Amino acid sequence: MTKADLIEKLAEKAPQLSRRQAEMVVNTIFDSIRDSLKRGEKTEIRGFGSFRLRHRQTKEGRNPKTGESVSVPEKRMPFFKAGKEIKELLNPEEKVAS
Amino acid sequence: MRKADIADIITETAGIQKAESMEMVEQVLDLIKAMLQQGEVVKIAGFGNFVVRSKGERKGRNPRTGEEIAITPRRVVSFRPSALFKQYVNSEGQSQSVS
Repeated sequence: MTKADLIEKLAEKAPQLSRRQAEMVVNTIFDSIRDSLKRGEKTEIRGFGSFRLRHRQTKEGRNPKTGESVSVPEKRMPFFKAGKEIKELLNPEEKVAS
Repeated sequence: MRKADIADIITETAGIQKAESMEMVEQVLDLIKAMLQQGEVVKIAGFGNFVVRSKGERKGRNPRTGEEIAITPRRVVSFRPSALFKQYVNSEGQSQSVS
């Protein structure tokens, strides 16, 4: 399923929205999560999961072509952790520890 | 940030009442969850992909007692952020506070 499918399905389920509004709802959800991480702020969505940053430290790497040692700078990675509800949804017969 | 904060932003940008924005956020999350439950990949351009993976049985340990236990096969969701998203959080003009 793509974002376009998601917009389509939302528009079907919520006929009171214009097509444009359905599009804005879906876009805003992902944009606002992205913006929060950019600010260094996590987003926790109950019943779904949480988005936060993981930090990768500077490390020594090598240029695979020349074998030369280079320093790979520190970077930030978006990280999603599924919530308990999703874990249970995917594993109905299982009692999942959060 | 929480669901209500996202709904606030939607209210501002899309001109939808707060209560309805909240409901729309729920609807979208429910749609995503339903897809994942069916084992379908959810691809959001510019954001990332949610993928369901099956893990086989493996051995683990009870961290408290050290006792060896079997971890049953299960399905997990992994999120693969898009290149754009990774670039975005590493781009200039960011505050460095870490929650």
